[in-house]
Amino acid sequence: MTGFELIATHLPVLAVVLPLIAGFLTPIVGWIDRRLPWYWVILAMFVVLLVTGNNLMTVINSGTIHYKLGGWDPPYGIEYVIDLLNGFVCLIIAFIGLMVAIYSKESLKREVPGKTTPFYSVFLLLITGLMGMTITGDIFNFYVFLEISSLTAYALIAMGDRGDGVVASFNYLIMGTVAASFILLGIGYLYAVTGSLNMADLQDLLPSIYESRVVLAALAFFMVGFSIKVGLFPLHAWLPDAYTHAPSTASAVIAGLMTKVGAYAMIRFMFSVFTPVFVIDMTRMADILAWAAALAIVVGSVLAIAQSDIKRMLAYSSISQIGYILLGIGLVNMIGVQGGLLHILNHALMKCALFLVAGAIFYRTGIRNLYQFQGLGKKMPVTMTVFLIAALSMIGVPGTVGFTSKWYLALGSIAAEHWIFVFIILLSSLLNIVYFWRVFDNIWFGHPHEIEHLQRDEAPLSMLVPMVILAALCVFFGLFAYYPLHYVLEPLSEALLGLGGVP
Amino acid sequence: MSGVLDIVYAEYNYWIYVTLMMIGFYAMIAKKNLIKKIIGANIFQTAIFLFYISLGEVEGGTAPILVGGHGEHAAEVAHEVIYVNPLPHVLILTAIVVAVSTTAVALALVIRIYQEYGSIEEDVILAARRKLQPEFSEHARLKGGEDE
Repeated sequence: MTGFELIATHLPVLAVVLPLIAGFLTPIVGWIDRRLPWYWVILAMFVVLLVTGNNLMTVINSGTIHYKLGGWDPPYGIEYVIDLLNGFVCLIIAFIGLMVAIYSKESLKREVPGKTTPFYSVFLLLITGLMGMTITGDIFNFYVFLEISSLTAYALIAMGDRGDGVVASFNYLIMGTVAASFILLGIGYLYAVTGSLNMADLQDLLPSIYESRVVLAALAFFMVGFSIKVGLFPLHAWLPDAYTHAPSTASAVIAGLMTKVGAYAMIRFMFSVFTPVFVIDMTRMADILAWAAALAIVVGSVLAIAQSDIKRMLAYSSISQIGYILLGIGLVNMIGVQGGLLHILNHALMKCALFLVAGAIFYRTGIRNLYQFQGLGKKMPVTMTVFLIAALSMIGVPGTVGFTSKWYLALGSIAAEHWIFVFIILLSSLLNIVYFWRVFDNIWFGHPHEIEHLQRDEAPLSMLVPMVILAALCVFFGLFAYYPLHYVLEPLSEALLGLGGVP
Repeated sequence: MSGVLDIVYAEYNYWIYVTLMMIGFYAMIAKKNLIKKIIGANIFQTAIFLFYISLGEVEGGTAPILVGGHGEHAAEVAHEVIYVNPLPHVLILTAIVVAVSTTAVALALVIRIYQEYGSIEEDVILAARRKLQPEFSEHARLKGGEDE
């Protein structure tokens, strides 16, 4: 009993510590038996999912959790703060991580033979980094976790396609180093003018010196750094190669999570380190963000149409989808912000499902060129149904998650009287139909003489289960968007915009 | 003229860090050699470290080590001494560790790239990649070939 109570007080920090310890123990587990790491990762991710779920429930029921690391009082010590925003994002990280971990077994056997144990070890460290970035309330601690997640992502990408994967990883490393250095510099500027590194403390200290150019420069460094990290349009150069050439499992987790956590960090810095007044009225940063996002939505969709490699197409589609999240944030009204935040969840589900399907197709056929997908609808019906649901959701068909967030974004744009954004959302949906239709066309309506002799050859069960769960959730949250909206996103967007409650 | 020099001299640490940072940034973007890119990244990061370290400097300050040992009397002595701010230095110790690991990963990647393409020059690698497209993007390669 006392043992449980002892753990219960430390639950917030366990979301970071568990994957860290599990990651370092993975080589030992793998040394005992080479088949064990898969079970080990699933166990670790499942426990992390329970912990983060419990954290979010605690936040919903009894408000923000403050956890003092080592018992040092903030602002002197490092503080972990879990509010609705990062409780929500942590749950997404843990859930997507678990799904990808279940899926990984067969896929890794084929794509990174003999390296599964190091892969799992690095995978768990990536989850640690993402969890830490999300959960921490200290900006320097944030930087350290940012680098942990980046370094592990470089390693995972480099395990991909021979040669191409390594070059993609190196390019990402150079871009990522610039981004992280900018963020470090921004942190230094804020520290120089305030003498504090605690987010809540900074939010109290900064308003009196908003006129200072140092604060302005810090905001600029943060926004550019995070824009590189999330792959916002003009700074997206690293993203398509990295997503295309990473192993399928790594693509799914990086595409599903890394950009989402980057977007989370952007929101956190805009609204919880700086204040809405500063980013909306004083610097017009929100407007700049909304326009950049609108540009990213269109350009990402157009470039996706030009691709023939399915993973590259999905990568460009990611660039456009990140635009939706940031557009919602840039609109800075209640409905728009809700739409943007909901899209973090939605895009994680959809894009993860799509990358897992791409991995399953590659596992069975060795094909990534979508013009060679003829007849796959007959060969792998379940996988292709998952693809259909997730792709329809990306397009924004009513009844799927994509519809809800696009609906909210459109309403938000109307409320902000930015009619051009409404037009862009509609245009992008049409472009989505164009690039997904080519795939549907090949999968379901391939040439008959090529299809005739195909045997049913479905992906293994361990790959099917996570894909089907993700597709089911795409529909579930499409029909019942009330739950995330009512319990998390409505109070959250109120708090973020300073309309009530403390962020 | 001397006015400008005075401004430069008064905050020369910032000028040094900005200059170094731009040198590193230039190398990361413009150099074709991958090792030179990594060196550029290192200069870039080191410039930021220098910025942090110069932040902690207090004029006439000493190293933040307790002067006069322990005990009741020592506390009074310690109170009168001016210390430099140790926090930026501690932060930078962490950042140095991060920079070292980034460099290690980058160098490991360069070794793999060299094994794969036999060169660390970006344009040579690019040319080699155009020739050696993996099998599964056959269609893309044919289409790309037509365009060129």
